[in-house]
Amino acid sequence: MASMRDIKRRKGSIQSTQQITKAMKLVSTVKLQKARNRAEQSNPYFNHMYQTVTSMLARSGNLNHPYLKPGNSQKKAVITIASNRGLAGGYNSNVVKLITNSGMAKEDVQVYMIGRKAKELLMRKGYEIKADYSDVIEGPTYDDASVICKEVLEAFSKGEIGEIYLAYTHFKNTVSHEPTLMKLLPVEFDEAELKEAEANVLMNYEPNEEEALNLIIPKYMTSLFYGALVEAVASENGARMQAMDSATSNADEMISDLTLKYNRARQSSITQELTEIIAGAEAIS
Amino acid sequence: MAENFQLQIITPDRVFYEGEASMVEFTSVDGEMGVYKHHIPLTTVLAPGIVTISESGGKKEAAIHAGFVQILGEKITFLAEIAEWPDEIDVSRAEAAKARAEERLRSHSADIDVARAEIALKKALVRLHVK
Repeated sequence: MASMRDIKRRKGSIQSTQQITKAMKLVSTVKLQKARNRAEQSNPYFNHMYQTVTSMLARSGNLNHPYLKPGNSQKKAVITIASNRGLAGGYNSNVVKLITNSGMAKEDVQVYMIGRKAKELLMRKGYEIKADYSDVIEGPTYDDASVICKEVLEAFSKGEIGEIYLAYTHFKNTVSHEPTLMKLLPVEFDEAELKEAEANVLMNYEPNEEEALNLIIPKYMTSLFYGALVEAVASENGARMQAMDSATSNADEMISDLTLKYNRARQSSITQELTEIIAGAEAIS
Repeated sequence: MAENFQLQIITPDRVFYEGEASMVEFTSVDGEMGVYKHHIPLTTVLAPGIVTISESGGKKEAAIHAGFVQILGEKITFLAEIAEWPDEIDVSRAEAAKARAEERLRSHSADIDVARAEIALKKALVRLHVK
């Protein structure tokens, strides 16, 4: 059995670790609340954006627009949103798994990376990192999103890439986050949603349909991307909160286990001392 | 008195305005527009400008930059990247931006993006005007 001193030291170290995990849990709880508010506030914008673009495309079904068909290149751009910091459970590795299990050939993928942790993972696996915007995740703004989108779109119109995907963690609620891989370009929609949209009135466009699409689709992409960013921040903090919560309760368990061991060791040493004293006394008398 | 319609102005950060209005005026890429109820369905792209909302209590003005409008008979939705009420505008910042953009346009050097500077100037002017 470990000595009393060893057990005591072990307990102390676990206690200080627990203090850290507890503090981190509180911090991420606060951050989560903020991030969730932001995600909720921006929601109406994306819903409208999605509806508008869906109904636009539904009615212009056979419009021959470069944004609506895949480019000539085999290459696929994947904008990946993860976090700069670890200690968030499986948050980063889940996003990475999403890409490795997507069935896309490694050679064809160009990663536009946000989040240093996942970048390290992907680089080790041999993916090509085209660009790194990791600082954005600290406080994403709509401007950041539009700058990055512009860059990716440029590569698309130059023909360097044929398709654009977005890999991020969808924030369902505080306890459930879902890694999602979404196709941004060429724009695609469910048949059912298209039919629903077709019931709408005949829409006019100004200046004209094609020019309007030219302007609106980049905005559509940017808004989806911005939405993904704010949701990813919320998911990250949610994941970290959960990870830290379970770490704290694990520490609790270990501490109570060690306390029991410590008390046992103390008791047995007292018993031993007593037996020694009695034996000594008997020997004298 | 014109009939009221539903008006929504939404930005990525918030729902900027939601309510009933009898008329709304704004600047599209093709020029200024005023819209009443029962306008034909139209989607148009916004230029930086002032949006004037006529509601029962009077008129409201706001600066709005970049985005598009969807007009559907009884419902008009603005999807704007930036929208600001007059009291949210930082005048000194807008003035600084105006000076900067003018400077850039004057310098005529090859390495500046004229279109970008022009948009920046327009945005600054709109902000100052609303104020």
